[in-house]
Amino acid sequence: MVDLSVSLAGVELKNPVIPASGTFGYGREYAEAYDLNILGSFSFKGTTGEARLGNPQPRIAETASGMLNAVGLQNPGIDAVIAQEIPNMARLFQGPLVANVGGFSLAEYADNCAKLDACENVGILEVNISCPNVHAGGKNFGCDPHAAAEVTRAVKAVTKKPVFMKLTPNVTDITEIARACADAGADGICLINTLLGMRIDLKSRRPLLANRTGGLSGPAVFPVAVRMVWDVYEAVKLPIIGCGGVSSAEDVCEMMMAGATAVEVGAANLRDPYACKTIVEQLPRVCEQLGAARIAELTGAAHR
Amino acid sequence: MKKSWFTLEHTRQLTADTYEVVLSGDTSAITAPGQFVNLELPGKFLRRPISICNWTEDGALMLLVKVVGEGTRELVRCVPGTELDVLSGLGNGFDLSKTGAHPVLAGGGIGIAPLYGLARRMLNTGVTPTVALGFRTAKDAFYLEEFAALGCSLSVATEDGSLGTRGFVTDCIRALPECDYVYTCGPLPMLKAVHQLPQLTGGQFSFEARMGCGFGACMGCTVPTVDGYKRVCKDGPILYKEEIVW
Repeated sequence: MVDLSVSLAGVELKNPVIPASGTFGYGREYAEAYDLNILGSFSFKGTTGEARLGNPQPRIAETASGMLNAVGLQNPGIDAVIAQEIPNMARLFQGPLVANVGGFSLAEYADNCAKLDACENVGILEVNISCPNVHAGGKNFGCDPHAAAEVTRAVKAVTKKPVFMKLTPNVTDITEIARACADAGADGICLINTLLGMRIDLKSRRPLLANRTGGLSGPAVFPVAVRMVWDVYEAVKLPIIGCGGVSSAEDVCEMMMAGATAVEVGAANLRDPYACKTIVEQLPRVCEQLGAARIAELTGAAHR
Repeated sequence: MKKSWFTLEHTRQLTADTYEVVLSGDTSAITAPGQFVNLELPGKFLRRPISICNWTEDGALMLLVKVVGEGTRELVRCVPGTELDVLSGLGNGFDLSKTGAHPVLAGGGIGIAPLYGLARRMLNTGVTPTVALGFRTAKDAFYLEEFAALGCSLSVATEDGSLGTRGFVTDCIRALPECDYVYTCGPLPMLKAVHQLPQLTGGQFSFEARMGCGFGACMGCTVPTVDGYKRVCKDGPILYKEEIVW
């Protein structure tokens, strides 16, 4: 029997498979397909202080081996999430949840995290710092090491739960941002968010997405994510949640060898609602083939 | 929602760009006309949502497919025997229990597809539906014989007058002696024009959207309604007249 359990900054997960935020809603649709308790955890839809309607249509465009999305953080706001969604998720999934937190100011990040700190079934705070930042002149918090460190400190001050900073790949050097978060007290790093992209409709000669740009995800970004997880593993001594284009149990193991302790699965869920279930079921066989009695021993294996 | 393999039985070309595609498999998740299936196609990352034209409980699934891009072209080129991964029974579908004294089924172009299955089920309940179909030209028209074979009262409009009334499906509806309720599917401008017909007290409008998942998870296809944002794929694709915001 292969031991699939992993420990993520002190949070014990029965396996490293975590559906990624924005691809899993609040679990409800997937719970119609399978029992969510087979998962290590799941990262629910990014939550902001106020309700957000998101961007105009169209929000989705296909790409080679992937997709662009410009949903725009549609969510009912932190208070509605805590009042309605978190209790409902506790019924669907008995383990610790990953709460993905968005924000447009330091105060909003801190306020959201303080509220989530009181939620028993939230195990990890995943702080998404790739939202537009009104305080830093339109730049993303995640694109500037000082801003990233400020968010990390603001959030760490209000919670005892492990804080994972979710980084954007749309930077020159992601290790610089990861180091800034680590120095500011982050408990872990989650990477990567989507890569900024665009498609143009040939007939209308206009960008296909109403938002013009969107985030690229899917198998196309997997090697980029593996490389960045590798780099961040070398740069900081923190647990990593690897994310980006993971579609199979083999991908999970590869991401772990690059340095991830746990692995998020995103766009694959949209193509196949059973993607995470299949991955969890396949992991023991793949680990056996790799000669790993404990999946945790794969973390960073490619660096040794 | 059910994920299962369907076998392509046959494909029949109806017009220059429109095909009838018949599949066989497990149709048990399909509960109402107006629902859709989401098909996985080789080489394409996202599935293709296609409205259900008709289905039988013993496993026949009929789709009408308009070739609009690479994915749909790929689909109509599939040869009999091809196995396709299908998510079936998606969306809310038309609700036959909500109707008026004089309902009409109004379809434009490829949007007529779900109205065929709807018409058949209305006939099963003893109602002979009035059907109005709109096309660009006579060459683009399809499924007229199939609707006529059901015994529907059928009127057709083409934009250039090459077949039926010259004009739009709304002109067909205006010409009806009585009409107070509509079940409709077609391009957005058509849905909007139908929505504005003053004689309608209510109606069910089928929308399409670029979808990520097709089962309500990704928020890729949400649209504003009177009751807040709704997901075309999960809360729709049928929206009710009174909740639609243009």
